[in-house]
Amino acid sequence: MSLATSTVKTQVRAFINDNFIMGADGAKFADGDSFLEHHIIDSTGFLELVTYIEENFGFQVADDDMTPDNLDSLDAIDAYVARKRAA
Amino acid sequence: MLLHESLVNTAARIPDRCALVAGDLRYSYAQIELLAGRMAARLSAHGVRRGDRVAAFLDNNLDAVVAIYAALKCGAVFMPINPLTKSGKLAYLLNDAEVTAFVSQESLRAEFTPALAQAPSVRACFVAETEGAQREAATPTLPPVCEAIDVDLASIIYTSGSTGEPKGVMLTHLNMVSAARSISQYLGLREDDTIFCALPLAFDYGLYQVLMAFLVGATVVLERSFAFPVKMLEKMATERVTVFPGVPTMFSLLMNLKTIGQYDLSCLRSITNTAAALSETHIRDLRALFPQAQLFSMYGLTECKRVTYLPPDQLDIRPTSVGRGMPNEEVWLVDEAGQRLPNGSTGELVIRGSNVMRGYWRKPEATAKRLKPGPLPGEMVLYSGDLFRTDAAGFLYFVARKDDIIKSRGEKVSPREVENVLYSMPGVQDAAVIGVDDALLGQAVKAFVVLREGHSYSERDIMKYCAARLESFMAPKFVAIVPSLPRTDTGKISKTGLS
Repeated sequence: MSLATSTVKTQVRAFINDNFIMGADGAKFADGDSFLEHHIIDSTGFLELVTYIEENFGFQVADDDMTPDNLDSLDAIDAYVARKRAA
Repeated sequence: MLLHESLVNTAARIPDRCALVAGDLRYSYAQIELLAGRMAARLSAHGVRRGDRVAAFLDNNLDAVVAIYAALKCGAVFMPINPLTKSGKLAYLLNDAEVTAFVSQESLRAEFTPALAQAPSVRACFVAETEGAQREAATPTLPPVCEAIDVDLASIIYTSGSTGEPKGVMLTHLNMVSAARSISQYLGLREDDTIFCALPLAFDYGLYQVLMAFLVGATVVLERSFAFPVKMLEKMATERVTVFPGVPTMFSLLMNLKTIGQYDLSCLRSITNTAAALSETHIRDLRALFPQAQLFSMYGLTECKRVTYLPPDQLDIRPTSVGRGMPNEEVWLVDEAGQRLPNGSTGELVIRGSNVMRGYWRKPEATAKRLKPGPLPGEMVLYSGDLFRTDAAGFLYFVARKDDIIKSRGEKVSPREVENVLYSMPGVQDAAVIGVDDALLGQAVKAFVVLREGHSYSERDIMKYCAARLESFMAPKFVAIVPSLPRTDTGKISKTGLS
């Protein structure tokens, strides 16, 4: 894992901890845990997550990119941000 | 007729018809009937009897549907609980309803474990490791014989009240069968329909998508949430969805997508909206996007399920009306003295019909405020607590609520319930919660907080504290820390002027 990718996860985790923490064990979620499955972020919360990604990682999240494969875990976001930056 | 007999009958009539699409899996009516029967046998083996409460704390999935019908097959009362519910409130609900059996899923364990520890009435707990696991572990026992009759309770659905204490709406088999029949009649639901349901089953209109589909033999495509609208559109296109029920926030999310026109939704013939009014802009945009689909504006409350619907041919004539009473139901307006008002008046909406609840579970005072004597001896009618006006033809227009309940994302939020959580923070001296206009949510929850001396919470601290204790739609989206709150002459906090 490069320093840059671990930073993405750290930043997004901090954002989630600050803004959601919906479940009792919200703070303990693993990098691969689905936000939806574990009730960490709800349907309108994902919009806030997208806004955060756009403002902090310097690109627009296209409608078609708003999928669980890109956004539903820290690992997914990490990989998605890396792909966008490489593009 | 009992509520679950629709499943029994449909499974006998068209056993191979697809009843449910959940994730990547499809289940026929015969399969659902078999799974529900097996689960009923397990519930019965664990002592669940007629009238006992069975709670389903589950996402929208197969297990939730199976749990509902299994409870009914035992003559028990199912109680759907929103999976966003936090442990403290969950414990309250389980104790208030004296739940006997509890069905949930592994990913909610951290939330339900502390709640179950405080709920001594719960004798049996069923947790699916993964969706559908209960099917594998099923015992081959025969399902129990259901002794319920149609005036017995089928369900208790909790709703937010202005007192801040959630109230259990008691619904009989007759209530729910009547409502399901009337709604499916005016929507014209058919056996060849495919209904897309991303509304939670713990929300009555989500629940009724399953009840109505099973009544007519249609297919329900069940989705856990509306978090990924693009995925929803893909699913709607591949499943060739014909009926799409939603709430305004959902339609807003969809219409924000620039790519919405790319999906083939030509099969869509009916869009239904409830929980809050669609704006005229939304109505116009939805009709432009889906010209082939009829759009139903509706109004309802858990206490009787549906109250009114606007026939789609009236949408151009009365775009802001929620219509008239549904089939087999009578509605009228009354003044403060309870006198019936003529068309063209403004007053409280009253509902009469076999869909009207039996009352609030173990809350006789709250029940007496809502259920009052009707025209026939011994009959009770429902006072909605909502003010409406009628036009000359008797079509209804929502005016205001008589209480201060907030509607956010289509869900009811009790300001008192949120204030109670705020007051449980040691540093909070005073709190007032109101709804503020929000383009996406309809209303957003805003809290005004006065801190005790020596405490220095940030707005963020307060939001996080609430988010850990309240369903996400109840947690304040905005917090303002203020030096003091306005008070009335009698010293009570006054919310007039807060914004």
